[in-house]
Amino acid sequence: MKSKPTACFLLTVVLSCVLVAEGNRDVNQEDRTIEWWTLSTGAGEHDPRTDLNRLIAGEFHEQHPHVNIEITPLHVEDFKKRIQIVVQADSPPDLFQSWGGYVMFEFARQNKLRDITYFVNSTLSKLISRESLAVYSYAGKFYGAPYDMGAVVVWYNRKIFEHAGVPVPQTWQDLLYAVRRIKDAGYVPIAMGGKDRWPAHFWWVYLAMRLGGKEAFDTAYGGTGSFTDPAFIQAGRLFKDLVATGPFQEGFENATYDQQAGLMGDGIAAMELMGQWAPSVAKNNATTGKGLPHLDVFPFPSVEGGKGDINDVMGGGNGYIVGKNAPDETLEFLEYFLSEGVQRRLIEDQGIIPVNKAAARGQTGPIATITGLITKATYYQLYYDQYFPFSVGEALNDASLLLLTGEYTPEETAAAINAAWREFK
Amino acid sequence: MENIKTLYSVKKLGLILLLIGPAFALFTTFVVMPVFQGAYYSLFDWKGIGPLNDFVGVKNFVRLFGHEPFRTAIVNNLKVVLFSLLFQLPTAFFFALLIGRQKFPGAIVFRSFYFFPYVLTEIIAGVIWRFIYNPQFGFLTQLSGLIGPEKTEIAMLGNPETAFNAIFVVIFWKYIGFHMILYIAGLQGVPKDLEDAAVIDGASPLEVIWHVIIPSIRNTIMISVFLSVIGSFNVFDIVWAMGQGGPDHSTETLVTYLYNFGYKRFAFGYGSAVAIVIFFLCLVFNVLYQKYIVGDSRS
Repeated sequence: MKSKPTACFLLTVVLSCVLVAEGNRDVNQEDRTIEWWTLSTGAGEHDPRTDLNRLIAGEFHEQHPHVNIEITPLHVEDFKKRIQIVVQADSPPDLFQSWGGYVMFEFARQNKLRDITYFVNSTLSKLISRESLAVYSYAGKFYGAPYDMGAVVVWYNRKIFEHAGVPVPQTWQDLLYAVRRIKDAGYVPIAMGGKDRWPAHFWWVYLAMRLGGKEAFDTAYGGTGSFTDPAFIQAGRLFKDLVATGPFQEGFENATYDQQAGLMGDGIAAMELMGQWAPSVAKNNATTGKGLPHLDVFPFPSVEGGKGDINDVMGGGNGYIVGKNAPDETLEFLEYFLSEGVQRRLIEDQGIIPVNKAAARGQTGPIATITGLITKATYYQLYYDQYFPFSVGEALNDASLLLLTGEYTPEETAAAINAAWREFK
Repeated sequence: MENIKTLYSVKKLGLILLLIGPAFALFTTFVVMPVFQGAYYSLFDWKGIGPLNDFVGVKNFVRLFGHEPFRTAIVNNLKVVLFSLLFQLPTAFFFALLIGRQKFPGAIVFRSFYFFPYVLTEIIAGVIWRFIYNPQFGFLTQLSGLIGPEKTEIAMLGNPETAFNAIFVVIFWKYIGFHMILYIAGLQGVPKDLEDAAVIDGASPLEVIWHVIIPSIRNTIMISVFLSVIGSFNVFDIVWAMGQGGPDHSTETLVTYLYNFGYKRFAFGYGSAVAIVIFFLCLVFNVLYQKYIVGDSRS
């Protein structure tokens, strides 16, 4: 009889231990949900990009059964609007698409993002170069990572170059010469989508980079210099020299980027200044529906007397940033998403330029060339129209087209961009 | 007796509330309120994110009227109004006279033919016409190959000088059927004996049109003018589909200007100011029209 209280006590202790243990397990293994907002290609139910993302999320769920990943695929313009609303409502998704630049800076300033600097230092920096990661940093803190990091380069049709008998241009003068020769041979030297305006802004920005280098941009951006500095005005003048040769297709002012890509895909135009996605868009817009195997790339030519280096690169890519309420598992998933295996699948599926160093090995063709350019780059400039706030980006795109159509002088272009930036600050 | 009267008016009031209440509430919430909200936002420099704390007074409006593309937009809108009244509506009336009255074989075919563009969505019409105007393989380029010694690439939409006229052609084509149908409906109400009487009195066909038909369909013409002018101020989809206000903002209209400079740049305070200006233009036109034209006909 005496043993009964003791037995009771023992039983209680054992049971409590079990319960506590159970409780502990609950804390560790509590079900988590990661909200992941991705971009779709707009192909609807069977969007290849979304299908691949679902597959990757599924694999992660297998390895971590307590983590569920909810994907919200959105078309790019929808995404841009909706992300503003949910972030403003203080409930950002845990992991979402970002191009870095001003929009991300603004989110960071308002404390809507999770600072993952320690994770970048401990883990991600072993997979990805610091230069690429830096696109997703603001004021010394890191908020996410890229998975695709490319460069704007001159894409050219090797057959047309051979037919016209011109070598690959090294300098701006070479390029002007090539344009004349290609025009004489009966092709459109450069395809241009003026209606979308940003394809025009690439030219002006690259010229400014070759002329003024990092310093010109940094001083103008910081306020000690200005966008009316000689490098920016000279960029406009050189651009006008190119325009004077009549290098674009007829009606380029109202052509879309898709039309520009179609001219490349159909083998009508010889060159375009475009990012890593160019061949796939050219293929989709070609009347044949097939791509051209002989599209190749060369870096934007150097400019005589310019302070910029030929290895300076303008570009951008795609990445994910982490919302302020994201659980720790989000970081584990991000690491998995950036692993070599996943990166290789994205290369094959979407033609990304890999950021994972191991995945970049063994690539060939334009992908390898672009990767090489980025690796060599000492100054990597995100596209101006992404780097700046919307109002300045729009003014910049506008001014570039006005310059192109002859409405603006180089001085007016520089002044308009400077005014937009001054007004914003 | 008094009680019954009160009861009756209470019942009547209840019925009125029941009938117009829901519509009134919806209209207030979704139309009247946003106008006032917009008017309030237009006094701020606001980027859509963060609090409304940068009060700038009428600065947005001052900037607006000093902005070159905005002036282009106003001129373009007035051009649409003017061209529509001068060319589109008379042509629609002419077609209505031709195919809306006599019963001849094929009248139905012609009617459907002219009305068809109105059925198309604006965006689709714009996209189709982009193909027609395409400088590389479009209609004009092909035509130049047939007429001239060799094909010249003609880029109507690419040239700031011609782009807006090219777009107006599409607006003309798109809405002419709508006005034509209005006039055809109006013409059916013109008493035949009145016309016969005029003919017997020795009126020429033109005189019959001017003195008999037009006065008889006055109300239809007023509606058609009203819809045309309001529509001209709000024209957006076609212009957007054909060039988004470009090249060089030469085809900007008030609404595309609002989209380009308000929405796209996340300048919501400034955009609200544009919206308020459009609202007032339409309001002023509406009030004047009701007072001087519709009012006239009633008295």
